[in-house]
Amino acid sequence: MATASVYSGPGFDFSNELRNSFLTDRGIPLPKATSTGTTIVGCLFKDGIVLGADTRATEGPIVADKNCEKIHYITESIRCCGAGTAADTEFTTALISSNMELHALSTGRKPRVVTAMTMLKQMLFQYQGNVGAALVLGGVDVTGPHLFTIHPHGSTDKLPYVTMGSGSLAAMAIFESKWRPNMERSEALDLIAQAISAGIFNDLGSGSNVDACVITATHTEMLRNFVKPNERVQKERKYGFRRGTTAWKSEEIRNLVINEDIIAHTGDAMDTS
Amino acid sequence: MPDTAHEQPQQRQFYPYTENGGTILAIAGADFTVIAGDTRQSEGYSIQTRYAPKVFRLTERAVLAVNGFAADGNMFVKKVKQRLEWYRHAHAKEMPLRAIARLIQTMLYAQRFFPYYVNNILGGIEEDGSGAVYSFDPVGSYEREACRAAGAASSLVQPFLDNQIYFKNQTPAPGTPHPTYLPLPDVLAIVIDSFTSATERHIEVGDGLEMYVVLAKGRSIEELADVAGVQELTTRADGDRMFVIQRELKKD
Repeated sequence: MATASVYSGPGFDFSNELRNSFLTDRGIPLPKATSTGTTIVGCLFKDGIVLGADTRATEGPIVADKNCEKIHYITESIRCCGAGTAADTEFTTALISSNMELHALSTGRKPRVVTAMTMLKQMLFQYQGNVGAALVLGGVDVTGPHLFTIHPHGSTDKLPYVTMGSGSLAAMAIFESKWRPNMERSEALDLIAQAISAGIFNDLGSGSNVDACVITATHTEMLRNFVKPNERVQKERKYGFRRGTTAWKSEEIRNLVINEDIIAHTGDAMDTS
Repeated sequence: MPDTAHEQPQQRQFYPYTENGGTILAIAGADFTVIAGDTRQSEGYSIQTRYAPKVFRLTERAVLAVNGFAADGNMFVKKVKQRLEWYRHAHAKEMPLRAIARLIQTMLYAQRFFPYYVNNILGGIEEDGSGAVYSFDPVGSYEREACRAAGAASSLVQPFLDNQIYFKNQTPAPGTPHPTYLPLPDVLAIVIDSFTSATERHIEVGDGLEMYVVLAKGRSIEELADVAGVQELTTRADGDRMFVIQRELKKD
């Protein structure tokens, strides 16, 4: 039996490449991907790592999502903030999360942050920057707390405080003036909120709420919408429409009930003995 | 070694324009006009200032909103004001609204091949006491309308106005036709909602809202009495009256 039509190989499907390059040559541009304009940050503190992110997703100057999630799950004690092409950050983190789980199962150990970092950078390097993911990876493992940035071409940095995305300069300004080693949990959370807020208010690509994530050796706490400084004010008017507002060209009402004439059977009763 | 650098074709360019975001809007009523704009000025992903007015009082009864390239906008307003002052000196009266509209057309078309990179909306009271809005393209094509949105979020706001002001795609209830003009409180509410909504979905709109209200001579100001943040700008007691209303918008 032929089963070839339902089989698709692993990895990316490049079968539209030829058609799409033909189309771009004829002056039809490729559709624009949703970008998470973004401010994402991470910093080291006394007991571990704190990660932070804003929640605005943009398509050019238009806000595509006012409350999206940019802190992605890798393992229980490793999380990853994503900036850049929204789909790329979602799929790369999901793929590496899956591979980290398999890795944990096959080694029988809790996976390390460097492992996730290496897997991410090798994948991003392989795609030569065409996978547009700019990441802040943080977590705590058996060797202690670790914080990395990973650029779309695959280069990495290991630093005590990091920022990425279009709001990275605004956020880094806060870190450079206020971060110090061995901060308390509450201080670190406050600093993250300030850094993200700097991005939210001063960078047009970032906005809405602050998400935070605290990772320590024993516990991970995801603080979704940790600060909400941009609630929408109530509208001045109600915009309900009167029934019958929408005009129509024709009307057709169909009867969906099927009627069937049943003729009584007068023959012998069924033998049930 | 011979220097061959000069044999290669070289290219230099200077682009004198930029886009500074923001949105403006004007709605005419039967005997009033509302002209509004947000106050954010931006370039790329950066905010240059959270308060740069885009709406300017020209005369007792005329207001001009300018949106696009801020430097050109400010220069253009300056030159219009200068021409209006010369008119006052020559004729000992204010230039009528329709004449200002025609003046703006001439001034814009004079720059046909190096245009002011701006969209203008002129609002105010006509000599017959009716509310009027004139909208212009960057090279001087203009039209009198009942309402108009321009600038970064015009593609978000104009369809909303078409629906709420012109009642487009709304079938009236039998026996109750749509009104030609809306009352002032309704217009103000629609203007505020336009800007709060544009702020939600457009990154270049926000920070502050400035609404100019021009009321025809003798019209009641009762509807403005309990509006928050009103300030009267009228200078002559027996003419049309002008007010400005300032509101905060979201700053993210």
